[in-house]
Amino acid sequence: MTITEKILALHSGKKEVFPGEFIEADVDLILANDITGPLAIEEFESTGIGKVFNPEKIVLVPDHFTPCKDIKSAEMVKILRNFARKYGVIFYEIGKLGIEHALLPEEGFTLPGDLIIGADSHTCTYGAVGAFSTGVGSTDVAAAMITGKVWLKVPPTIRFVYNGRLNNYVGGKDLILYTIGKIGVDGARYKTMEFSGTVIESLACDDRFTICNMAIEAGAKNGIIIPDKITEEFVSLLQRKRESVFLRNDSDARYEGIIEINVDVIQPQVAVPHLPGNSKDVRDVSGIRIDQVVIGSCTNGRITDLRNAAKIARGKKVHPEVRTIIIPATQRVYQQAVKEGLIGIFIEAGCVISPPTCGPCLGGHMGVLGSGEVAIATTNRNFIGRMGHPSSEVYLANPEVAMASAIKGKISHPDEVVK
Amino acid sequence: MTIKGKVWKFADHINTDDIISARYLNTTDPAELASHCMETIVPDFVKKISKGDIIVAGENFGCGSSREHAPISIKNCGISAVIAKSFARIFLRNAINIGLPIIEITYAEQFSQGDFLEIDLENGLIINHTNGHRYDFIKYPDFLQQIIKSGGLISWVKEKYTK
Repeated sequence: MTITEKILALHSGKKEVFPGEFIEADVDLILANDITGPLAIEEFESTGIGKVFNPEKIVLVPDHFTPCKDIKSAEMVKILRNFARKYGVIFYEIGKLGIEHALLPEEGFTLPGDLIIGADSHTCTYGAVGAFSTGVGSTDVAAAMITGKVWLKVPPTIRFVYNGRLNNYVGGKDLILYTIGKIGVDGARYKTMEFSGTVIESLACDDRFTICNMAIEAGAKNGIIIPDKITEEFVSLLQRKRESVFLRNDSDARYEGIIEINVDVIQPQVAVPHLPGNSKDVRDVSGIRIDQVVIGSCTNGRITDLRNAAKIARGKKVHPEVRTIIIPATQRVYQQAVKEGLIGIFIEAGCVISPPTCGPCLGGHMGVLGSGEVAIATTNRNFIGRMGHPSSEVYLANPEVAMASAIKGKISHPDEVVK
Repeated sequence: MTIKGKVWKFADHINTDDIISARYLNTTDPAELASHCMETIVPDFVKKISKGDIIVAGENFGCGSSREHAPISIKNCGISAVIAKSFARIFLRNAINIGLPIIEITYAEQFSQGDFLEIDLENGLIINHTNGHRYDFIKYPDFLQQIIKSGGLISWVKEKYTK
């Protein structure tokens, strides 16, 4: 079996599972946010059952429209807050709050061997530590809050093997954008994307989170990386909520396909509007004028991302016609960035710092685009109108490219800024 | 259950931001969500359709976010079913869980904008009354049929867990 099949088998009381098989699996963690949570709670309350299966395994993270942007979103967060008080489930309040997919790994909620569902499509992020983790809908969450279980169809696995040497300014974001460009935005629909090879084995967890986070942009059910020494080190520093189980593939594990990628040929990538699969070398699109830069999100708002952006910004100013918004993904990331002097570098450069929020990534608040405006962002989607007006445009890139573009006022390779 | 309505054609990779923009997600009210269905890509879509009409799309319909607001908005604006060459997986779950009929067929491109279709969900049959063609489709596996028969996931859970 593959690691994904092993986790599913362990959680459904079976010796073995097969791709295509329907199972009901026990969940270790259920997650919902301020958009998807209220719907789940309405559904939950409609049953009249009035009891959650285990309050310690349910986490509500109101990260999308917070700090609340208007009365309606304040009411949505109130629904979560009141539900948490009533049933004792875990709720993150402003001041402790962070973007869910950066916050929960930090808080020790997502561990190797876990089975995690979340009413947010980027729940697939936690595969980076060797968990099976997938996005579901609000009704799924409502049902799982009652039963502690979820119905799943066992996915076939495509194994991606990355070998070679990474070029300058190429990291997790570029690997995943390149990969989605290669297989398309439905290239792994219903399937597992397993990321492996010497390049992945030497990547730090922050880059691994970025890669697994965007598996959904290729339609995948989950992204996963076999946990190793680097995972072990990451996990050992956490206040773990459970015991972790380090699983690996059997030597006779079945794959639907194996795709080998030589990273020597990968340059920093930019996904042009309006699909994350429209990835190109940054030099092929350099010179496109931009109005806004966003560095943050569940994809690239971690400390490594801020360090990478700060390296480019140090001692420089962002272009006077570009609004540059930096969003540390969690309070811990924010604090660390303050300690390391990164926030000072950004402010000196003329950037604005936002509290942790999903905010502009989905055109929610804290940096919505007007008609015809263009942004380059370290976020995960560049759909029509994603960040604001239907005629605005979003280009996706890594933090170094985003910051270099902020400084030049147009899409730029970091080499154009750092000599 | 039989569904009858006019076809509204959509391309490949219609994402959940196309179906309902995130700026409207600060509510769970089905009527309000319905009033903005597809407006980013088809202005006034909700005003143009008649009750019972059918969305026909290409590959990967409903890709993007997990927002259940997307199928809720489609279901409540008067659309009776979605036919597509393929569905993104979270959208498929959500549609089944809330009882929006969806049909996955590889030949969805054979239907044209404005065609009048009749769908027989029990027998897996689509009749195109505009040209008289008839098409079979494969019904859901037994496991999903059970959920659909119960009237969605919540009813299924209630049946199973409150006895």
